[in-house]
Amino acid sequence: MAQQDSVLIRTEHLQKTYVMGDQKVHALRGVSNTIDRGSFVAIMGPSGSGKSTFMNIIGCLDKPTAGKYFLDGVDISGLNRDQLAEIRNKKIGFVFQQFNLLARTSALENVELPLLYTTDDKSKFRERAMAALESVGLGHRIDNHPSQLSGGQQQRVAIARSLICNPQLILADEPTGALDSKTSVEIMAIFQKLNQEKGMSIVVVTHEPDIAHYADRIIVFKDGHVLTDERVTQRRNAAHELENWQETQFEEQEPVA
Amino acid sequence: MNKVFQSMRIAFRALRVNKLRSMLTMLGIIIGVGAVIAMVSIGSGAADRIKQQIASIGSNVIIIQGGSQNQGNVKTGNGNQQTLTEDDAVAIQEELASVLYASPTQNGRQQVVYQNANWQTQINGVFPDFLAIRDIKVQSGETFTMDQVRSAAKVCLLGKTVVDNLFNGEDPIGQTIRIRKIPFTVIGTLSPKGQSSQGQDQDDLIVMPISTAKKKVIGGRQNNAGTVGQIMVQAREGRTQVALQEIAGLLRQRHRLNQNDNDDFQARSLEEVAAAAEASANTTGFLLAAIASVSLVVGGIGIMNIMLVSVTERTKEIGLRQAVGAKTADILGQFLVEAVTLSLLGGVIGIILGVLSSLAISTFAGWTTLVSVPSIVAAVVFSALVGIFFGYYPARKAALLDPIEALRYE
Repeated sequence: MAQQDSVLIRTEHLQKTYVMGDQKVHALRGVSNTIDRGSFVAIMGPSGSGKSTFMNIIGCLDKPTAGKYFLDGVDISGLNRDQLAEIRNKKIGFVFQQFNLLARTSALENVELPLLYTTDDKSKFRERAMAALESVGLGHRIDNHPSQLSGGQQQRVAIARSLICNPQLILADEPTGALDSKTSVEIMAIFQKLNQEKGMSIVVVTHEPDIAHYADRIIVFKDGHVLTDERVTQRRNAAHELENWQETQFEEQEPVA
Repeated sequence: MNKVFQSMRIAFRALRVNKLRSMLTMLGIIIGVGAVIAMVSIGSGAADRIKQQIASIGSNVIIIQGGSQNQGNVKTGNGNQQTLTEDDAVAIQEELASVLYASPTQNGRQQVVYQNANWQTQINGVFPDFLAIRDIKVQSGETFTMDQVRSAAKVCLLGKTVVDNLFNGEDPIGQTIRIRKIPFTVIGTLSPKGQSSQGQDQDDLIVMPISTAKKKVIGGRQNNAGTVGQIMVQAREGRTQVALQEIAGLLRQRHRLNQNDNDDFQARSLEEVAAAAEASANTTGFLLAAIASVSLVVGGIGIMNIMLVSVTERTKEIGLRQAVGAKTADILGQFLVEAVTLSLLGGVIGIILGVLSSLAISTFAGWTTLVSVPSIVAAVVFSALVGIFFGYYPARKAALLDPIEALRYE
């Protein structure tokens, strides 16, 4: 049972089949895997490899056609729409490529959004949202609307939003896909900090190998199977890179194999 | 409750973002509610006017006529039998607690002459209380007394139409007019009452003591001097039905009728007539309102339309809310509240517009209008219902979106 505790995500023969017209598309063909608590996993793979489907299932946005998925020891496959919504609210924080902030809504209110769907003490909302924004270094921009923030700042607001309910897992789908390289490193630095300091489990989907190397483990999908699943030997340290940042650096920076 | 306020805040924000669109969407409801309020106000205004006209005859009025005659199985109409007497009237007033006033009346038409002017008018021989029963005020001069009734004094009061036709701007008080060549002193004039609801001129009359009328003016039936044509009674407020029963009992006793005998009189309340006329005016009002409410339905369809557009536009927002934990009921509630906010806001503006236009109608067209509180309450409730009914489908559509597809929507 002790081992069960260290495992956050466990999938057993996870399958997902879409029916398109009279054709069946097998997006996942039996994926069995585990992700430990406190790990930082990057998921890679070409489009159509099944990585997005895998993401959606472990994010409780979708249900597998066959197989089982345990999140935090709970079997997710049998739950209904509203039960899934509750699990997403309590256990998962989402970060998207396009940030997905509500326009014409202040940073603070964007961060508060998930709290609207909890039964938590309403008087603490503001305080908690402030704390979350401060933890991503945006304590001074709480009243700004998304249009008044840079891409990196918007993504930080989104990260603060994902943290607000103290989730077990942060799922980031191409979090740096819309950002320049320095901002990308800044965002990855936040993730690494959350992972190391708070022991937060983080799963990042990306197609950029250099971004994947900020994680401690890389899973590569292909044709609905796991192609490779390896620990990262030469892990990058985003905070360290930022300290020695030079504008020319990205010229030399080759993806670490 | 907290959740509702929260949703309302979100709704107001969403509506503010598209001010022009929200306004145009509400227009249907605004016009609908405005039209309903204005139409109902016209209807109840008309009903109110009828009520006032009936009240101008006198409220709680009961008219007692003689019964029909049965001669060899040929029945005459009511009033042909001279069974009522002045004493009956006095007894009704003095003995019955439910009765305020009672006055016998004897009417007839006669030519009236003043100098070289003449006019044919209705002569009403009555007790002084007749004026109170019919709610006729004395405009100038004074009314006659019961003493003058007993002494059959040759005095009279003139209605406005009679004054206008006989006295060319002259003050009639103290003047002498002649009826059947007999001189009468004008002691007062009556306040004008205008037309009755049947279009009769209620000011074309002369009022005088019943004794004088019977002896000098209205001929015939001298052999039966005590009898009168009708008795007019005013019951105490709200006791008309009791009064009708008590009058029947008293008259049967006074006329010494056996248990098997039919009534030799007939008593009717004017209230029933009033109720019927009022009901017909109300019906007209509701018919107008029903036609106007069609535009409420059209307004509701407009709301549904815009809500569907809004759901499509905000698909990504819905997906995000679902991803961070919004349940089906949360999204449904949010969009329902938005639709209801739209329709309620439209309803409130519509009420203001309706009240203003009913004011305009009464000012410019001269119609009586009456904005009633129930019609405002009904308008608010109905516009909320329109919001719920037409907002439900778009809200459900939003709530049942697939979060993955909603998030991916561009």
